[in-house]
Amino acid sequence: MLHKTVNGAGERYDVIVIGSGLGGLTSANRLARSGHKVLLLEHHHQLGGLATWFKRKGHIFDVSLHGFPYGMVKTCRKYWNRKIMESIVQLKKIVFDNPQFSLTTTFDRQDFTKILINKFKISQATIDDFFNTVAAMNFYDDQSMSTLDLFEKFFPGRDDVHRLLMEPITYANGSTLMDPAITYGIVFSNFMNKGVFTFKGGTDHLIGMMTDELLKNGVTICKNSKVDRIVSEGGRVRGVQVGDRFIASATVVSNSGILNTIYDLAGEDTFPEEFLEKVKPVRVNTSSCQVYIGIKKEEQIDDIGDLLFVSTAKEFSSDELLDMHTRSRTFSLYYPKTRPDHNRYTIVASMNSKFDDWAGLDDSKYEAEKQSLIERTLVDLERYIPDIRQKTDWLEAATPKTIHRYTLHTKGTSFGTKFEGLDISRSIFKALPGLFHVGSVGIIMSGWLGAINYGVIVANDVDGYIRSL
Amino acid sequence: MTIDEIKNVILEIIQDIDDEADLTNLDPSEALRDQLDLDSMDFLDIVMELRKRYQIQIPEADYPQLATLDSCVNYLMPRLEAA
Repeated sequence: MLHKTVNGAGERYDVIVIGSGLGGLTSANRLARSGHKVLLLEHHHQLGGLATWFKRKGHIFDVSLHGFPYGMVKTCRKYWNRKIMESIVQLKKIVFDNPQFSLTTTFDRQDFTKILINKFKISQATIDDFFNTVAAMNFYDDQSMSTLDLFEKFFPGRDDVHRLLMEPITYANGSTLMDPAITYGIVFSNFMNKGVFTFKGGTDHLIGMMTDELLKNGVTICKNSKVDRIVSEGGRVRGVQVGDRFIASATVVSNSGILNTIYDLAGEDTFPEEFLEKVKPVRVNTSSCQVYIGIKKEEQIDDIGDLLFVSTAKEFSSDELLDMHTRSRTFSLYYPKTRPDHNRYTIVASMNSKFDDWAGLDDSKYEAEKQSLIERTLVDLERYIPDIRQKTDWLEAATPKTIHRYTLHTKGTSFGTKFEGLDISRSIFKALPGLFHVGSVGIIMSGWLGAINYGVIVANDVDGYIRSL
Repeated sequence: MTIDEIKNVILEIIQDIDDEADLTNLDPSEALRDQLDLDSMDFLDIVMELRKRYQIQIPEADYPQLATLDSCVNYLMPRLEAA
């Protein structure tokens, strides 16, 4: 059953999932299918977490549907259903445009190899060696090598190649050149498998299909239900408190941020000291800014590509990408093919961003910075669509503060935590039996595919725990 | 359960995971992963399904024991008897 408030929830469940991001949704679905009685609580009036959308003046804006790897096909078939899998389509035109190079690619190994040989004059042997090295990377590898070390090893001094390889991944998961190379290798290899894909029908259609599947599998869903506290007693989880309602469950899966889960929901006093010591160094990842551009109903725009990585910065640097006034952004283009029933064009520009740059501004400065962000974005977009200003009837900006408001994530992180957060997320149930965490952590468990697969991994831990009780 | 029954259970679970997998000519001593294009997520699915069907808990450290059909049988035989 789907309820608008927590009043629809029963007294007791096998497992309560807090939050309906893709990880939470997937854990809930997997556990329900495995025979458990599941309650899913979402604080917002819409499911999906950061996999979300909003409507303005006839436009539908997708917030995080920018492109995911082909692995999503198998993942959706196995853990959701065939209908969801069948709505996955390829984005074939990925564009790079910056002072160092301009090119269009299908963003797969074959095309990248061709580009690296012809345009960047790298030898086939070096390219093969690089691809094979990153493809073989896995979670258990050495973590001391940084992505920059990796690039320097194969393409020494080639800032242009580093830019080609790194820029898209920074937008995909917030990682930088200084993060462990495995976080790069795993995510980059996923994309290089077959290119970039999206859901036909948009985020609203996808979340709608997922909601149907959850309900079919017997999950109780309550929206507008913000969990105030994870209740534990005698060192074990007992349930959750939502306003004045206590709902009992020996198992809780938090799809809230990992730090929110520990400090805000469970509370420091529920964990052993040595676990809290391990939590202290966990860094949340960076956040994002976006500009939403709605095209008038009667207007059209030419096909300028599906995903554009553009920059006017002379050279690539992770710091430049994160600067409040960065000259680097991605444009996600949503043509009528995205939503065939809804014949409209929208464009979403995304920038990486730091919460602290925005959080300290007073109201008037905040509004002024948002306006200037929109203006810079339009200036960039005019290079591809010269008459964009005349064609637009909706402009709106989101900042790390906006992301914080909707997701409640610590410092508005849109990519979870840095690498060290993964171990905390994976081991939290050892520190407080019955409490599990799913959500973007450790960079590799981030993005749409990472979040869904992590939902499956955590569901397996949870299932093992419940069946051992 | 007999050796063949255990093998059939494993094959049935794999077929559920991937209905297009060709299970006819599997070499029981070779890694399933190499013959069937299974990834680590697929092995997780096998573990979860075995737990659901037979209440056996397979810790992460033991996952390598499920590498081949033969090693699955060796590993599961005593555990299924106990279950």
